Order: sequence, then C-alpha cells, then structure tokens
Amino acid sequence: MDVSRYKSKGILIPGLIGLVFLILLATLPFYITGYTVVLITTILMYGILTVSWVLFSGPSGYLSLASAAFFGVGIYVGAILLPNTGQLVPLVVAVILGGLASGLIALGVGALTLRLRGIYFAIFTFGLVILILEVLNWWEHTVSHLRGRFVMSVDNDMMFWLMLGIFVATALTYFFFRRSKFGLALQGIGQNEEAAAHSGVNVTMVKVLTFALSAVFAGAAGAVWATRLTYIDPYVAFHVNFSFLPVLMAIFGGMGQMYGPLIGAALFAYLQEKLQTEFPEIYMLIFGFVLIATVLFMRDGLVGVVEWVIRKLRRGGSAVQNADT
Amino acid sequence: MQILEGEKVTKYFGGLAAVSGVDFSVDKGEVFGLIGPNGAGKTTLFNLISGAFVPKPGIIKFKGEKISGLKPFKICRMGMARTFQEVKVFGGVPAIENVALGAMFGTAKGMSPSAATKEAGELLDFVGFSVPKTIPAGGLTLANQKRVEVARALASDAELILLDELMAGLTPTETAEAMDLVQRIRDRGVTVFMIEHVMRAIMGVCDRIMVLHHGEKIAEGTPKEIAASKKVIEVYLGE
Repeated sequence: MDVSRYKSKGILIPGLIGLVFLILLATLPFYITGYTVVLITTILMYGILTVSWVLFSGPSGYLSLASAAFFGVGIYVGAILLPNTGQLVPLVVAVILGGLASGLIALGVGALTLRLRGIYFAIFTFGLVILILEVLNWWEHTVSHLRGRFVMSVDNDMMFWLMLGIFVATALTYFFFRRSKFGLALQGIGQNEEAAAHSGVNVTMVKVLTFALSAVFAGAAGAVWATRLTYIDPYVAFHVNFSFLPVLMAIFGGMGQMYGPLIGAALFAYLQEKLQTEFPEIYMLIFGFVLIATVLFMRDGLVGVVEWVIRKLRRGGSAVQNADT
Repeated sequence: MQILEGEKVTKYFGGLAAVSGVDFSVDKGEVFGLIGPNGAGKTTLFNLISGAFVPKPGIIKFKGEKISGLKPFKICRMGMARTFQEVKVFGGVPAIENVALGAMFGTAKGMSPSAATKEAGELLDFVGFSVPKTIPAGGLTLANQKRVEVARALASDAELILLDELMAGLTPTETAEAMDLVQRIRDRGVTVFMIEHVMRAIMGVCDRIMVLHHGEKIAEGTPKEIAASKKVIEVYLGE
C-alpha cells in the first residue's frame, strides 16, 4: 500500500533542488544589483504571508483574514524595539519577539473565536485587524502622543537574508506540518469537524495551535518589514491589503499542491511590483483583470493549469503510441 | 458486567424534551439495539452518549466512570467510538488515512503514523472494504463509506461502538454483509450499541432491544419480547 504522506520517498530530489536553489538565492546579493535584492525581499515577504496563511486556512477551511493583524503586530514590535534613535535589541531578537507577540495574540484570539465557523470566523478575523488598528491609534494619540514612529534603516542585504531565513523556516514548517499527523487532523477538521472530534482529535487544540503557529511567521516577517518601511503608523502597519493579498496569492498559485502558494506568491508579488512601477496609472485595473481571469478560468490556480497541460501532453503522447502499434 | 449506564438521561431542545428520563444499561459483549419511530430521540441519545450534547439532567457512565460533560475526543480515547446516521467521512482524504486518523488520535496512547497506517489497512480488510484503499473517501459508494466509518471507529481501540443506522440505504446484499459485520465486531470482543430501522436486521443480531417513543423508553427486552409487545406494535402500526 502506498501512502506517500508519511514516506520519505520523493523528498530527496526536490530537497536537493531546493537546496541548490536556496544557496543561489542566499548568495544573490553578491552578484546582483540592489534593486533586484529589494524586489526579491518583497517577494519573500509575500511568500511568508501566503504560506503561513495556507498553513492554517488551507487544510482547515477556516477563512482567516487576520494576516494583516499578525503582520502588523510584528511591524509594531519591530518599530518599538528598533527605533531610529538606536536599536534596543539585536535585529534577530526583534524578529523573534515580533513572531512571538503575534503568536501569543493568535493563541488568545484563537481560543476565543475558533468555535465560530464559516463567514463568522472570517468576519471576526477581519474585525481583529481593525480592532488592533484602532486601539493602537487611540494609544498613540492619547497615551504616547506619537503620530507615527521612525524605524532604524537596515542594510538591504541584511534585510534580504533575514527575510530569506524566515521564509525558509515557514516553508519547511509548512512542508513537515502537512505530512505530519497534525496536518492530517487539521485536514480532517476541514472536511468534517464533527467526525474528527468523535475520532479522538482535540479539535480546539489543533486549530488554536496551528493558527498561532501560522501567526508567528507573519509576525516575524513584520518585524523585518518595519525596517524597510522606516516610518510607520497604525494605518501603514495594519493595512488591509496584507489580509487579502495572501488569500489571493494562494488562489492564484493553487492550493492543491504544496508548491502552488509559493509560486503564486512569487509571481503575484513580481507582477504587482512590475505593474506598479511600469504602469502606475492603470496597474490596479490590469491587476483586477488578472484576478477575475484567475477565479473564472483557473479555479485550481497556476498549478491546476500546469497539471492540465501535463495531462494533455501525456494523453496525446500515449495516443500516438497506440496508433503506432 | 455493565459497560454503559444511563440514569434519567434527559435533553431539552427549547421546551421540547427530545430525550426524557431514559434509564438504560448495556452489558459488556452484547449487541444492544435501539429502535423507535422517526423523531423518537434515538440519534439524540447517541449524541448524548458520545459527548456531542450534555444531558441535563441525567448521568451517563462508561466503564463505571461518569462521562457526561466530557468532550467527544476524550470519550473516544476512553474506548467508545461511533458512526453517524448521515455518513461523515473525510471526503478528500484517502480511505486508509480516514481510518488511520482514528488510530493516531482515538487510541488512549496515540499511535505513530506508520503503525496507524498498517492498522488501518488491516481494519479495512476486516470490514470488507475491497476497492483500492487510496481512493479519497468522498468518491466511494455509500456501503464503502460506511465501512470506512466503522473501520475508523474500530481503529480507536473501541470497547463499545455506537452504530447509527448502519444498514440505512444499503441494498439487500449489503445489508446482509453489514449484519455479518456486526456479528464479527462482537466476536472481536467489542460491545455494539446500534440504532436500526431494518427490523429483520435488528431482530436477527441483537441480544436485547430498547424502544424509544417521543423521547421516552416504552419497552426493553429480547427481540422476541419486543416483537410480541403490544405497546411497541401500537407505536409502530397505530392502534
């Protein structure tokens, strides 16, 4: 019986390709220009948000719109710990604390709200973004009397490596989680929560912990992103785009396969950057068309299209063979 | 020895008592049947026993320990598993992983994925699942989905299994196979508590039967006694 989920077969070759790719990526700053490094840092940031979103929402079917909240908390932690007047902690520590802060908030919020299902959960998580935004806004106005915060700037290469490190951690976690028994449990919850509960799965715990785990990566990325923004206020840190883009990127790439969201995030972020710089007037318009086309014609995303092409080619190939014999 | 006991088990939905003051006990090793007209409260009683609902008032004990109030996953890990009236399988997950999930999470100590997968394969054979085990459960026939559910329940090392209308919707041949399966489950040493509408099946395999009507217990006894009970006949056929 072949149950590939738990077998190590098939890890080796993709693993090696991944490693080579990773080494190339990690040494990138030594042979390319500054702009490309910055662009790839952006792509990695979106990659982290997308994969961390898929980690929880993909198998569970709970549509979370909280990415911006977790990313924003990370940005704020980064801004507080790394002000332009001199950093309070080393960079890496700020990144870890940003991740932990988001993870803790997700733990609390998850414990309270993961009993909500469907649309209620989606709306609540979106409300969370607004809630944290407004609380911080109030705090900055009435308590700290700061309109915004200046963040120390960090060398582009350093920022790239940090983001790459978080990205690799996110992707590896995603990969191993999906193959683990907890990945199966979360999938079971997504397909029939009641049956999962009656089959011995502690559904609340699995949901809350995975939700928190996914938030850690978004928060860590936020702390790095703060140094990229250099000036932040609550509206910048908790921009709703960071809730919706990860979802769109995951759909664009296709969630059927593990690499779908990765490809989706990479292409989507690249497209966004390119369109924004080259067609600033109509980029949103073009973007809109791309999205509509994706949802209408490629329900399984880019991965679905690729699989369809491969199937067609194979079938065509075998048909020719049959004709020969 | 009693494996499951209920005292004055009651559940209200709004002002309506779906289950009302029901006392029952299931002996270890027997096949215990639960029948009653539609809306009698049979599935509600199963939901109370398996932890989906909490009886109020009333107490349910499993192996001598009070379980009413415990979460379903805890009750499952104690050794009680169930199937559902409307099959609930993990549709996008291969049949064998549906079952393996029960072994990984439903057993008292948990099980490693590889051991669970092996166990799942054996259990699928046991329940008579004869199509490739890697087919996603959503694409199976009703009979095979029911087999997957039973195997998943058994995978949790259940000592007591609650079968909610196992035979409903099956063909005559499949019903006969299901009756045989119930016998073989009992032969493994697993106590069976089953809701059933197919009279031939319930009369054929049960040691004792309890009858619910409007949430109340109206009769209990051997299949012969139940078949002869005037009260039961009235309920089913009208006066």
